Amino acid sequence: MFADLSDRQWLWCAAAFYTAGLILGTVSLIRGQRTSGFLISCAIMAGYLLQFVGLGIRGHATGGCPLGNRFEILQFTAWSAITLYLVVGVTFRSSLLGYFTACLGAALTIVSLSIPSWDAVLRTHIFGGNPWIELHAALAIFSYGVFGLLALTSALFLLRHFSLKKKHVGGWFSLLPSILDLDHIEVRLLGTGLALLTLALLFGSVYWTRDTATVGHAKLAATIAVWAAAALAFGLRAMGQLLAKRFAWTCLALFAAALLSLQAVDASRHPGAAAVERTSP
Amino acid sequence: MSEPCFFVLGATHHNAPLEVRERLAIESESALRADLALVKGLRELAVLNTCNRVEFYGVGTDATAVEAVQAAYCARQKFEVAEYERIRIRLTGRDAALHLFEVASGVDSQLVGENEIFGQVKDAYAVAQASGSTGSVLNRVFQKAFQAAKHVRTHTGIAAGTVSVANVAVDLATNIFGSLSDARVLVLGTGEIGSATAKAFSSRGAAHLAVAGRRGEVALEIAATLGAGTVPFEERNGLLSEFDVIVCSTAAPNVILTAASIASAMRRRPARPLLLVDLAMPRDIESGASDLQNVFLYNLDDLAKIAETNRSARESEVVRCRAILAEKADGLWSVVQKGIESAGESKSAPEGRNSAAGQAAAP
Repeated sequence: MFADLSDRQWLWCAAAFYTAGLILGTVSLIRGQRTSGFLISCAIMAGYLLQFVGLGIRGHATGGCPLGNRFEILQFTAWSAITLYLVVGVTFRSSLLGYFTACLGAALTIVSLSIPSWDAVLRTHIFGGNPWIELHAALAIFSYGVFGLLALTSALFLLRHFSLKKKHVGGWFSLLPSILDLDHIEVRLLGTGLALLTLALLFGSVYWTRDTATVGHAKLAATIAVWAAAALAFGLRAMGQLLAKRFAWTCLALFAAALLSLQAVDASRHPGAAAVERTSP
Repeated sequence: MSEPCFFVLGATHHNAPLEVRERLAIESESALRADLALVKGLRELAVLNTCNRVEFYGVGTDATAVEAVQAAYCARQKFEVAEYERIRIRLTGRDAALHLFEVASGVDSQLVGENEIFGQVKDAYAVAQASGSTGSVLNRVFQKAFQAAKHVRTHTGIAAGTVSVANVAVDLATNIFGSLSDARVLVLGTGEIGSATAKAFSSRGAAHLAVAGRRGEVALEIAATLGAGTVPFEERNGLLSEFDVIVCSTAAPNVILTAASIASAMRRRPARPLLLVDLAMPRDIESGASDLQNVFLYNLDDLAKIAETNRSARESEVVRCRAILAEKADGLWSVVQKGIESAGESKSAPEGRNSAAGQAAAP
């Protein structure tokens, strides 16, 4: 029975579990109860495994890491953010982060699944059989996933900051981690995302210098702009020039910019890639 | 033959005002236990003696044991039995078990949700166990009461938030810094509230605590009690940047920390937030400080409001807690009743000893 499921059906199942985590958390918050970290983590873990299967099937079909269209890129970004949450999320000791991660997972997977045109064309062998380019792409999108988690942490920071400044510390605000912990995590996530993106660009640049025509100007400009913004934010934070609320807003803007840059990335494809029109996305 | 009876008998803050509870307070539990050792048919006994309640949880061979305990207790306290009967609670069976559940979980406390009562019930049980006056019924009921208390404290908001101003200040600090082990706390003012807040920070793990006051010797005394340091009161402005939490509670007629001095301190530590807690009346800290980036200023009214909100939130959880505890008491009682019935049958044989309290009193 399961063998007959298509990649998109597995990914719909994953989206359903992320949504279940989102609903569980929302119901708890509306009732004014502590969100059940265990149940939400179980939902996220189940969604993550199903998404892994779905992306695996898609990767098998495309002959590489599934980053051939906007649908696949968003799916991979969500999967990357959740990978990182599952690895480092325990240290947050905040069920609210799990809740927000479920929100991100549900939003990215459902939106990408709901727009058929994003998955209308199935591109195979997009990396031209070059593993370094595949690594470049995977690292770059993984770094975007890290920026996704950074955006969630920044949102938590802003909520905590708001609650402390406005003196609303009860209710579900009490579930938020401390402002200093959130700040430290933000810095670490930004550093991790920046390091991954730097590595991705280094791998990509080796290939690009051999044949500059293979990468579109828009993709190049968008990717470098995201990297520069991340580097600038990290540098200013290290120098004590970009702090607290402004730093958190910058991190949120950085993730938005990363998502927007995917448009340019999606438009620039390896010339050797084969494109197949999907009849039933 | 009548059945064994699990009961609770006692007086609490609900019906007994403070002056009455003073007269009912047990001075010597061992002396009372010696009296209760003479009560015929008392198989098991635990005594819960706190400032808000004196309660006897027991198992008697029949209902007359309760009356005998009451008579012995009133005689020991030189308290009119008729007066006691007007203020007492006397419950049996499932209702007694439910009462214990509510007591242990803080639902029945004067300050709803307080944690201290849980420890007091545990201590009462430990004393009863050590003196050999618990048996199968009390063991089961108390163990289940601890489980039920932990359950409602974890799964409801009965214990959420703190309700004293000093502890609210500490909670705010943990909201900002997480663990207090790295946070540096300065308490300016050596009055009662300043001292209580310093103590609250110390008890919650603030490793770097300093006290300053106009009366240096009092500051030294408080600091010595808490294992804290002192700083000269006059040098406070120059030292602001070294602290993460500053609690002010002086009797100064004017502001002692201006927004400008705090802004200057923040320029030397821009990445680290600063919590200012102004417990003084009139206020010690210029209100403009709250507009500074990374500075969080709370005054006495703010803290009192948070404490009151927490108190209301706890009280609103009481109904839900009672429903959960009632369900648990029902479940427990159906099991315990079978045990009591079988114990009653075995007791139809002549008793070897007539009293659990007697065992307790015995050396």
